[in-house]
Amino acid sequence: MTEASLWQSGAPSVSARGPGSGANLADILERVLDKGVVIAGDIQINLLDIELLTIKLRLLVASVDKAKEMGIDWWEHDPSLSSRAPKPVESRDLAAENRELRDRIAQLEAGKETS
Amino acid sequence: MTPASYAYAVTRGLKPEQVAGVRGVDGTEVHLVAHRDLVAVVGAVPLEEYDADALKAKLERIEWLEAIARAHHGVVDAVGTHGATLPLRMATVYRSDERVAEVLRDGYDRFTAALDDLDGRVEWGVKLYVEPPPPEPAAPPSATGKDYLRRRRDARRSREDVWRRAAEFGHRVDAALAELAVDTRHHRPQNPQLSGARGENVLNAAYLVDAAGARDFAERARSADGAVPGIRVEVTGPWAPYSFAVPADPEAVR
Repeated sequence: MTEASLWQSGAPSVSARGPGSGANLADILERVLDKGVVIAGDIQINLLDIELLTIKLRLLVASVDKAKEMGIDWWEHDPSLSSRAPKPVESRDLAAENRELRDRIAQLEAGKETS
Repeated sequence: MTPASYAYAVTRGLKPEQVAGVRGVDGTEVHLVAHRDLVAVVGAVPLEEYDADALKAKLERIEWLEAIARAHHGVVDAVGTHGATLPLRMATVYRSDERVAEVLRDGYDRFTAALDDLDGRVEWGVKLYVEPPPPEPAAPPSATGKDYLRRRRDARRSREDVWRRAAEFGHRVDAALAELAVDTRHHRPQNPQLSGARGENVLNAAYLVDAAGARDFAERARSADGAVPGIRVEVTGPWAPYSFAVPADPEAVR
């Protein structure tokens, strides 16, 4: 089938067969959680009702600003994520924020390896 | 253990040997459930671990969520290499393969129409990132409050400027790519904490593209990368057409 050969186009940014196991988690989550065909299963689980997915994951997948527009603001008190929350002016700034982001990514990466 | 059937995708004309060795959630091999020419790709899972409570508990943990999401995607991706594929939403679980066959039967027309629409087409993802501007030089400790506020204001204006240019460029790229595509979807921008990407994601779009023009499309999209300083374009794909496998009932997705 034509698609099969296309899939194996081997373009530099994709693996030999589409964005398989190497695809970035954010890309995968936004597709498997938010896209795809919704048909009622026998096991009724509304993914959007899960706390992680409604709140934390929205934060993770969507950008903070976008999530704010959507009215989700539980991180308002977390200075690393909020411009409105009180934060010491100079000391925190980019370096600290970057460090936190790197830590967070490392945590996620670590989770990825163990799963 | 009570078995249950975790459904990954719906397709047509898939042979069991084409999914031999393909493993889904919990590392279990998938099998096929057919109704007429429709085929659902299904994995047996223990009901105890995939009932509503268990699933909810699992998905609340990022490491489980990731494992299930990647396994789900891995199956969809493998199936997609063989032909038009409708990815199902993650965690679509039935009590038995017979129930899956019923769903295929009941939704036959809808699945068939959707597969017809997607036949011979793939999805490409295109994201635009604004690279963070170079960090401001450290403020001299003697700076007055006024200096500080002025610096903050200037920095903010320059950021807004970068942002505006990025938005304009994003619109141009999106319009050019949309012309080459059969259909377009715009997703929420991604948070760099999860994607690990540098910069701020300003455009996160998916394009449904005819297979024949798919390579050209990807090249065109990649050529936008580096066209404007400070703006990075990232192309992912080809994906199974997740973003275009629309549910029949839009209310179901909220």
